[in-house]
Amino acid sequence: MSVPGRPSSPSPPISRRRFLGQSLAVAASAAAAGCGVEELLGRSFRELSREDVRKVLARAERRQSARFGRPVKVDAAGPLPGVEFGYGLDLSRCIGCRRCVYACVKENNPSRHHPQIHWIRVLELDKARGVDLAHADVYYDAEQVPRPGHFYMPVQCQQCRKPPCVKVCPVGATWQEPDGIVVVDYDWCIGCRCCMAACPYGARHFNWAEPELPAAELNPDTHYLGNRPRPKGVVEKCTFCIQRVRRGRYPACVEACPVGARKFGNLLDPESEIRQAMDRKRVFILKEELGTQPRFFYFYAT
Amino acid sequence: MPWSWPRFLEGVVAGALVAACAGAAASPPAASRPQLFQAEPPPFTPGIFPCSQCHTDPGDPTRRALGFHDDVQGRFDHDAEHRWCLDCHDRADRDVLHLSSGEKVPFTESYRLCGQCHGDKFRDWRAGVHGKRVGSWSGAKTYFLCVNCHDPHSPRFKPLRPEPRPLRPEEQR
Repeated sequence: MSVPGRPSSPSPPISRRRFLGQSLAVAASAAAAGCGVEELLGRSFRELSREDVRKVLARAERRQSARFGRPVKVDAAGPLPGVEFGYGLDLSRCIGCRRCVYACVKENNPSRHHPQIHWIRVLELDKARGVDLAHADVYYDAEQVPRPGHFYMPVQCQQCRKPPCVKVCPVGATWQEPDGIVVVDYDWCIGCRCCMAACPYGARHFNWAEPELPAAELNPDTHYLGNRPRPKGVVEKCTFCIQRVRRGRYPACVEACPVGARKFGNLLDPESEIRQAMDRKRVFILKEELGTQPRFFYFYAT
Repeated sequence: MPWSWPRFLEGVVAGALVAACAGAAASPPAASRPQLFQAEPPPFTPGIFPCSQCHTDPGDPTRRALGFHDDVQGRFDHDAEHRWCLDCHDRADRDVLHLSSGEKVPFTESYRLCGQCHGDKFRDWRAGVHGKRVGSWSGAKTYFLCVNCHDPHSPRFKPLRPEPRPLRPEEQR
C-alpha cells in the first residue's frame, strides 16, 4: 500500500530530520483541523488525571461556546458516595402525554429534527394484550390521551447493572459509573453502533448527521458525560440527567410528569421514594429474562 | 365555590415551582433527611375568599341545589350521589373545612380531609409514592397537595392532548 506524498519503494531509511518534519506537519494539520495534538495522542476520559480533566473541560467549553456563540458550561461532577440511582415508573398512572419526552429534549440537547433523537420513547399498548412489545406503537397520534383500551409505557435507558452495551463497546467509550449511570464519552466513541445492536431496550441513538440544535434551544448547563452537545457520528443515551442528579436535583422527566408517575432516588436509601415504591407496590423490570438487571423499575400503584 | 381548577396540568404551577426550586436544588445534597416544603395551594376564584364575606350565618343544613356557585355544582363529580357541600365545608365557619369528627381543618391542610376516605392514597402520598415532588431528590423538595393536581369537586384527571409524536425514520431524511 502506498502512502500519498511518499515514495513507496524502495523505502529510504527515515532520517531524524525528516521524522521531525513529518510530525510537525501532522501536528500542524491537527491544529488546523481544530483538535490539539494531545487530543490525537490522548487517553480516554476515564484515564485522565485531575489536571488533564480540567484542561479537557476547558477545551470543551471553549469549543462549545464557539460552536453556539454563547457561553456553555461543561462540568464533570463525579458520582456521590453511597448513592446508586434508581428510577420508578408507575404504569397505572402514565397517560402517554409525552411531556417527559420534550422535557428531556429541552434539558439534554439532542438533535431536533434531522436526525430527531428522543431518549424517551412512549409506547402505546393494548390493555387486552398487556406488556406485549410486538404490538407496541410509539407513533400514536391522538387528540386526547389516554385512549380507551390502551395503556402507556415510556422506555428509556434502563441503566443496567449488567449492561450489554458496555460489554460490546470495542473501544471502551461507554461504561458504568459507580452511581450506576451508564455514560458515553462522545470524544472516544467511534460510531460503530455495536452498543445499539446490543441494547435490548432501543435506548441508544445515533447521530447520523450533524446534530441540529439551534443555539436558542441549547441548555448551556452541561455535563461532559451527559448533555454536552454531541458531534456527528456518535451514540447517545439517557443518563438520568447526570448534570442534574449529581447536584441533587430530580431528572427533568420526573419534574415534567403531570400525573406524578415518575419516581427517582437513591436505591441504597430505604426511605427514598424509589425504595418506598418498590417496597409497597407490584414491581417488574423490562425483559427480566435477559439478565441485564435494570435500575429502572415499572410498578403499579393501584 | 372557592376552588378554581389549578392550571397545574398545563405546567404553569410546575414551571413556577421548578424555577423557584432551582436555586435551592443547585447545592449539593445534604446528608440529613430531605426537607419537605408544601406547595402553595391553588388560588381561589378571585374575590371569593374569605367565604364569610357572604356566609355570615350558618345557613340551612339540608342538602339541596343552590342558587349560587353554579360552576362548582355544574362540574361536581365527587361521589355526587351521596355528598354535597357541607360534608366537607364547615357550616358554622365557611372559611375552613371539617373532618368527619367535626374537627376544623384549614384549606392549607385539606389533605387530611381527603385522607379520611382515600387512606391508601394518603399513605402512599406521605411516602412520596403517590403524587409528585420537585426540587432535590436528596434535599429540599416541594410536595404538592391533593388539590394541586385534583380538582376537589371533580377529582378524576381529564384527558390531555399529547405532545407531537416522534418522526418516523423516513420523515427525518
